[in-house]
Amino acid sequence: MHMFKTIFQSGVLPMVMKPVNPVGIVGWGGYIPRYRITVEEIARVWGKDPKRYKVGLLVDEKAIAGPDEDPATIAIEAAKNAVLRSNINVKDIGAVFTGSESKPYAVKPTGTVVAEVIGATPLVLAADFEFACKAGTEAFQCGMGLVASDMVKYSLAIGADVSQGAPGDDLEFTAAAGGAAFVIGRSGNDTVADIEASCSFVTDTPDFWRRQGQPYPRHGESFTGQPAYFRHVTSAAKMLMDQLGYKANEFNYAVFHQPNGKFPVRAANSLGFTMEKIKPGFLVSKIGNTYSGSSPLGLAAILDIAKPGERILVVSYGSGAGSDAFSITVKDGIDEKRWLAPFITDYIDRKSNVDYSTYIKWYRMIVTPSD
Amino acid sequence: MVSNDRNAVRLIRGVRKLRKVVVMGVGMTRLDQHFDKGIKELYEEAVLKALDDSGNPTVDHLYVSNAYADLVCDQADLGSLLLDYCGAGCSPITQIGGACGAGGCAISEGFKAVSSGQSDVVLIAGVEKVSDVVTKEATSISSLCEDQEYEASYGLTMAGINAMAARSYMQKYSATREQLALFAVQMHKNAVKNPYAYLPFEVTTDKVIESFPVADPLTFLDSSPLCDGSAAVVIGSVDSARKFTDCLVEMAGVAQSSDSVAVHERDSLLTMKSTVEAAKKAYEIAKVKPSDIDICEIHDAYTITGFIGLEDLSLVERGKAGIAIEEGTIAKDGKIPTNLSGGLKARGNPIGATGVYQIAEVTLQLRGEAEGTQVDSAEIGLTHNISGFGSTAVVGILRRLK
Repeated sequence: MHMFKTIFQSGVLPMVMKPVNPVGIVGWGGYIPRYRITVEEIARVWGKDPKRYKVGLLVDEKAIAGPDEDPATIAIEAAKNAVLRSNINVKDIGAVFTGSESKPYAVKPTGTVVAEVIGATPLVLAADFEFACKAGTEAFQCGMGLVASDMVKYSLAIGADVSQGAPGDDLEFTAAAGGAAFVIGRSGNDTVADIEASCSFVTDTPDFWRRQGQPYPRHGESFTGQPAYFRHVTSAAKMLMDQLGYKANEFNYAVFHQPNGKFPVRAANSLGFTMEKIKPGFLVSKIGNTYSGSSPLGLAAILDIAKPGERILVVSYGSGAGSDAFSITVKDGIDEKRWLAPFITDYIDRKSNVDYSTYIKWYRMIVTPSD
Repeated sequence: MVSNDRNAVRLIRGVRKLRKVVVMGVGMTRLDQHFDKGIKELYEEAVLKALDDSGNPTVDHLYVSNAYADLVCDQADLGSLLLDYCGAGCSPITQIGGACGAGGCAISEGFKAVSSGQSDVVLIAGVEKVSDVVTKEATSISSLCEDQEYEASYGLTMAGINAMAARSYMQKYSATREQLALFAVQMHKNAVKNPYAYLPFEVTTDKVIESFPVADPLTFLDSSPLCDGSAAVVIGSVDSARKFTDCLVEMAGVAQSSDSVAVHERDSLLTMKSTVEAAKKAYEIAKVKPSDIDICEIHDAYTITGFIGLEDLSLVERGKAGIAIEEGTIAKDGKIPTNLSGGLKARGNPIGATGVYQIAEVTLQLRGEAEGTQVDSAEIGLTHNISGFGSTAVVGILRRLK
C-alpha cells in the first residue's frame, strides 16, 4: 500500500530499469541472408498492386533465408560477428539468450546451439525468449541484469528470425529473415557504448498471434496500429525519455521497430524525431521486417557508424503486446572495434534476387509426394 | 393478395388520423474503429447525449437497432443488456435487426408507437460494433443479407451485386467511371467538415479509380467503410415534447417497403422497388413533392447505390445521376445537397445504426445546429436507409417547425 501511495503521490512511474552497476555493449554484429524477393514479384503472383506496399508501406524488397538457413544459423552468424568485435575469451560468456518467434524446434533450445557453435559451452546459461518481434530486446534486458549483478561476466543477447507470412497475406510482403547479436559486459575499457537504462511497457493486447501448431500468424489488421504498435512504442519511449530527462533533440539516432516503413516513421514524427535521425537504422525498405531482429539490426547498423558521445534511442515492439526502450551512449574505442566484422550495410548490399517459385520452394511451401 | 397501391392508400388513410410526431433530441458518437469502447459504452454515449438534448424526458419505450452483435460480439438479447448498462431499469426495450436497414426500421417502429398514441416519448438508438472482426469475416457477415441459397452460397458478395449494377448502369445510361468516382469525391469533401465522420479526408477521381479493385468496376474507394458507432433520437408527441424542449423538428412522414432479397427475382438492377414505394408513401404522408426536399441523407453503400437511390427517390431524373453530380446538383451549394455528413461512403457505415444517424444528422441541419456542415435555411429533409441491395427501404421526411 505504501509503495502505491508513493508512486501516485510522486507521479513517478517506477519501471525504468537502471542497472546499479553500469553496463555496456562490448561487441555487436548482425547477419542478413543474401537472398531477396521484391514486392513486385510477390504482387505479380497474387495479382496485387505493388504500389500498395512500395508507396503505402515503404518496402521495396525483403530478405529471405536460403535453403540451408534458419533462425539458429542466422543467430550464430550474428553471434560470431558480435564475438569478433568483442575481442573477449568466449568462455567468459556466462549467458546466451536467443530471442525468436520462429524457433526451428518447438521443444529444444536454440540458445544451446548458438552457445555450442561459438564455443561458450558447457559452463553457460542458455535460454530462448519469445515475445513476437521484441524477443531480442528482452534477451538484451535480461543479459544486462545478469551482468550488472555480477552473476556473469559477459552475456550474449540475440534477436533472430525467419518470420512467416501466410501466402497472399499482407504479411508475406514484409515478413523477412535476419538477426543481430550483442555482447554485454560491465562498463569499462572493453565496452563501446553505455546502456544507460531500459524500460518496458506491456499490456495484454492481442493484435497478432500464432497458435501452437499453426504455420502462419494471424493479425487484427488495423488493430495492429494505434492500440497496439503506436500505443506501446510511444509509451515506452516517452516513459524512458521522461525518466532520464531527455528530449528528442538530445538523441543523435533513434530506431523503432520496423514492421513496415510507415509505422516507425509515424512513431518517430509523433515523438519529435526527424527522418535524419532514424535513417541510419531504417532498414525495412531494403530487407523487410526481420521480427526479433528488426530493432536490434537497426541498432547494429547505427553502431556501425556512430561516433563517441552520440546517444541512441532504441524502441522495440512485440505483438501481444509490449515495447522495450533503451538509451545507449557511444564511447571511445568504438572506431577500433567496428572494423572487426562486416557492417550491416555490407550484408544489405550483398544480395541476389530470387523469384516467387524459388522462394516458396525454399520455404517448403510446395507440397511434394514425399510430404 | 393486396396490391402495393392499395396498401399504400390504406396506410395513408390510417396515418391521417394519427398524432403529429416530433424529434425532441439527438445524440451521436464519432464514427471510428473504437478499439477502446465496447457496444455498451458506444450506446450509452449516444443515448445520454440524446436525452440531454431532449431535456431528459421520461421515456415510455426504447428501440435499439443493430445488425450483427450476435456474430461480432457474440451477444444476443442486446436490448436488455444495453438498458441495464445505462441503469434504465425496467423500461421496455425492443431490439430490431435487418442488416444495414435496421436503423430505419427502428425509426419506423418508434414513429408508429408515438403516432398511434401508444407511447408519448420513445428513444430509438442504433449501435454497431464491427471493428472486432477482420475484413474477411466482415465481408462474410455482410453477405448474410443476401439470399443464401441462390446468391451467397455461390460466392456472390454485396460488392459483387453493386458492381453488376454499376456495369449495367454505365451501359444503359452511358454513364462514365469518372461520374461514379465523383460521387465518392463529393462525399469525402462533405465529410471533411463533419466532426463525427470516420474518413474526413478528400480524395480525387483518379485516386478512387486507381484504388484497389473490390469488384470490377468498383474499387476500395467506391465502397463505404464499416465502422463502430451509435446514434440515438428521442421522438414524441407534440404535447409531450413541448414540456421538455422548444427545439422541435417534425417527423412528417416515415414509410417502409420491401423488395426481393435475391436480385435475380427483380426486373432491373437499376431500381429498388422498396425505395420507390417507400418514397412514394413518405411523400404522400408528408404531403410534399420531391422538389420540396432541401437536403437529404441517402444510403450510398457503394457509389452506384447512391446513384440508384437519388433516382428512386425522384430527386434526380432517371439515368441522369452522373450528369447531376457533374453539374454540382448534390453539392453543398447545389439544388439538392446530399449526404452533407459524408454519407455511408465517408461519414462511415455503422450498419444497424446508419438509419438513426441519418435522422440525427438531418434534424441538426433543420435546427441549424449541424456543426461544420450546416446549409442555409433548409426546411424539409429526407432520409433513405436500405438493407442489403434494397430488400428493405425506409424513407423519412423531416420538416422544421416554425
